[in-house]
Amino acid sequence: MRARLAALVLAVALAGAAAAAEVGQSALDKRAALLEQELRCLVCQNQTIADSNASLAQDLRREIREQLAKGASDQDVKDYMVARYGDFVLYRPPLRARTVLLWAGPFLLLALGAFFAWRRVTRRRAAEAELPADERARAAKLLE
Amino acid sequence: MSRGWIVGVFVALVGVLAVGLTLNPREVPSPLIGKPAPAFELPLLEAPAKRFSEKDMIGQVWVLNVWASWCPPCLQEHPVVTALAKDDPAPVIGLNYKDESANALAWLKRHGNPYRLVAQDLDGRIGIDYGVYGVPETYVIDRQGVIRYKHIGPMTPEVVRERIRPLVKELRGAG
Amino acid sequence: MIPELGQLALSLALVVALVQGVLPLAGAHRGDEGWMAVARPAAHTQALLVAFAFGCLVYAFVTNDFSVQYVAQNSNSALPLHYRVAGAWGGHEGSLLLWILMLGVWMSAVGMFSRHLPEEMAARVLGILGLVSAGFLAFLLFTSNPFDRLFPAAADGRDLNPLLQDPGMVIHPPMLYMGYVGFSVAYAFAVAALLSGRLDAAWARWSRPWTTVAWMFLTIGIALGSGWAYYELGWGGWWFWDPVENASFMPWLIGTALIHSLAVTEKRGAFRSWTVLLAIIAFGLSLLGTFLVRSGVLTSVHAFAVDPKRGVFVLGLFALTIGGALGLYAWRTARIGLGGSFAPVSRESMLLANNVLLAAAAGAVMLGTLYPLVLDAVGGGKISVGPPYFEAVFVPLMAPALFLMGVGPLARWKRASLPELAVQLRWALGVSAVLGLLLPFALGRWSALVGFGLALALWIVAAALLTLRKGLRQTRAHYGMVVAHVGVAVFVVGVTLVKGYDREEDANMKPGDTLAVGGYVFRLDGVRSVDGPNYKAARATVTVLRDGRPVRVLRPERRLYTVQEQTMTEAAIDTGLTRDLYVSLGDPLQGGAWLVKAQVKPFVDWIWGGCLIMAIGGLLAATDRRYRVTVPARRETAEAMA
Repeated sequence: MRARLAALVLAVALAGAAAAAEVGQSALDKRAALLEQELRCLVCQNQTIADSNASLAQDLRREIREQLAKGASDQDVKDYMVARYGDFVLYRPPLRARTVLLWAGPFLLLALGAFFAWRRVTRRRAAEAELPADERARAAKLLE
Repeated sequence: MSRGWIVGVFVALVGVLAVGLTLNPREVPSPLIGKPAPAFELPLLEAPAKRFSEKDMIGQVWVLNVWASWCPPCLQEHPVVTALAKDDPAPVIGLNYKDESANALAWLKRHGNPYRLVAQDLDGRIGIDYGVYGVPETYVIDRQGVIRYKHIGPMTPEVVRERIRPLVKELRGAG
Repeated sequence: MIPELGQLALSLALVVALVQGVLPLAGAHRGDEGWMAVARPAAHTQALLVAFAFGCLVYAFVTNDFSVQYVAQNSNSALPLHYRVAGAWGGHEGSLLLWILMLGVWMSAVGMFSRHLPEEMAARVLGILGLVSAGFLAFLLFTSNPFDRLFPAAADGRDLNPLLQDPGMVIHPPMLYMGYVGFSVAYAFAVAALLSGRLDAAWARWSRPWTTVAWMFLTIGIALGSGWAYYELGWGGWWFWDPVENASFMPWLIGTALIHSLAVTEKRGAFRSWTVLLAIIAFGLSLLGTFLVRSGVLTSVHAFAVDPKRGVFVLGLFALTIGGALGLYAWRTARIGLGGSFAPVSRESMLLANNVLLAAAAGAVMLGTLYPLVLDAVGGGKISVGPPYFEAVFVPLMAPALFLMGVGPLARWKRASLPELAVQLRWALGVSAVLGLLLPFALGRWSALVGFGLALALWIVAAALLTLRKGLRQTRAHYGMVVAHVGVAVFVVGVTLVKGYDREEDANMKPGDTLAVGGYVFRLDGVRSVDGPNYKAARATVTVLRDGRPVRVLRPERRLYTVQEQTMTEAAIDTGLTRDLYVSLGDPLQGGAWLVKAQVKPFVDWIWGGCLIMAIGGLLAATDRRYRVTVPARRETAEAMA
């Protein structure tokens, strides 16, 4: 009886461990897949490592999975790649002095646009107060 | 309001594009320049029982040439490598990348073997450590084992004359 | 003989283009009607000559004339007929000829549908188009002649790139180029207006339908390209933020801004100088795209063969056409009045905000595309800017624009009232927010981004429907706007759900093995060899099961194109309204196993469906009655000043 119970406990424990390992495996796969989508393949330069069929990309996919399995963090893997191929492999350029304009640029443009737009709105109204639009247009015509 | 600045921005854009025309977008400079050559210990192609390590070359300036028998540009580069090895400003070591021994040996037999010795990187792991992505690639490594120069793609006589030989000479002179 | 005739036609077209570029412009300047009258016949003649040359090239392809170098490089006797026709634009030279042909079509159309324009305006517009055409004809003839002969003739051709052997190739480039090149008309109208000093509502009205039609073609062209990449590249992605894709997306964004800005200029006479600037930039970005694709400054899966000489030539054309126009703009627009006034809360101000957002978005795409080049040019090293960057900066810029799409159409011109808008929109806002919160649960898994995307889409639809309910004068143009906005909402739904609930798995499978993906089971039944006309393929049979019952049989292929020795993944897709099943066959592995990738992509077809709806909206708007009826010019000017 006791032996059977022990066997049962062992079986459940084993099944649990197996399930845990499976979950661990698929979590690892997910992390690897996400990483592979952010890394650029150097052979066929406009594909990610995930998308590329080049043999180097296959080797790198294997390398990434092995490193993650050994407990490396995502950042470790990225550092590993950058040490070998430079920032070029990162499709998400890291924020450095030379990429500040890249990351801030879109929002600077937006701010600049908003500034100009606001000035237009207010200036237009100020001008309006002085002279009606059609008169100004007529004046402009005369000046031509 | 003056709108001349728009023209200024445009001129700057055209200028950058013009400079861009002179650049090669496919060439990625190696971050390994100025760093110690990654360590390895690999079997020799012609005597797999023996092993070769980059440490064996400490104290010498040497050239590491990555090649494979399946790579047509390597064949194109072969005469240049041969000429470089013959002049012998520095020993030229081959790194046979992701190749099969029989094919590699046959290739060397047919076209001639310019290398002092050839280390064999069967699964391409050392290639990854060296950041190899387009065979052939060539590295110049100094006496302290630091990578000083990398050339991607087939070397031309000009590259050897203008970059590699002067560099090797300088490194050897530097004691 | 036929190729020589084609070349002769091109040379004659260049002469005609120069005449068309010089005489009418000079005539308009001096007020010489005889010189101006040259414009229309010259435009038609030129279009016919280019069409004839194009016909000669197609003829050389169809008859397998491998003594023509371009044919030998891009075709093969085993290539099916329709791909031989499409092969005419499968390489740099022929696609450039297609570009010029499209310009001819646009020019001819302007010549035909410009009877209501003042003679001077029509002469200037056609003259400017003639100059642009002359530049590109010279580019074609001097650096990229498609009719160059090969001595001795090749025995057979090197075949069309297998990636291009697809129905997409037959229709995508013509549509895309119609869009790209169509912005040249908006550009020509803008420059003509700057030359004449007459930048008013009438000008906006003339230019508007042309711009909308060009935008419509560009929308279709981009959507086709995206759909093609989706099924042809075999990875299941639909947009890669590749430089060449960005090259077509930038003019689209600015073109969209231009359409909206033109509306303000036409209706209210405001934003005149901004509208002109957008028209110049939209075409400028088309040219920039041409430069990026054909000069080799950026690597791309789509780029043509690299030749620096061509790069210099296109850059020169770009500098001349756009630099010249911007110079004229800087010089002339200081005199332009400001036009109708408006309050900080009004339809105008919202359209202005929309323009700022769209322009910033275009700027962001340009920054990401060119930054690596700029950094390299100043010696800053090599970096890559890819999808993670674009997604990170694009979403925050587009989300407010999508929100404004709901409010803008309901706001009054000149002055709108916020409380009134709030009352009108409170239900739309409430319903979309609640559904956005709840729908992700129904779809399986809650995610803030999915909820946000769906809420925005619902908001746009609800607000668009509200504008129909209002007792406004309902024109066809208004319906067009509503339809286009609904198209955007459909697109947003597709993007959101694919991003949120996309499932994919890959596995090494032997016949009999199964792979479970997102509620479906994919079973590999077997793989057999198949021979195509110019390829050999391994064709897998994959049965898709749901709840144990087979629902579909898919047959993905792995093809080896024999001439170019290139392997291609031909994915098999089961298209559905709410999901695509996508299977691609990878490399054969040891022991009879194959690498199989299976994906379930919810609502992915809504992405292209949305684009199609947008394009239909554009077509409706462009064919509105008021663009077809001649209105006395004087009344329009008066309206603009009111």
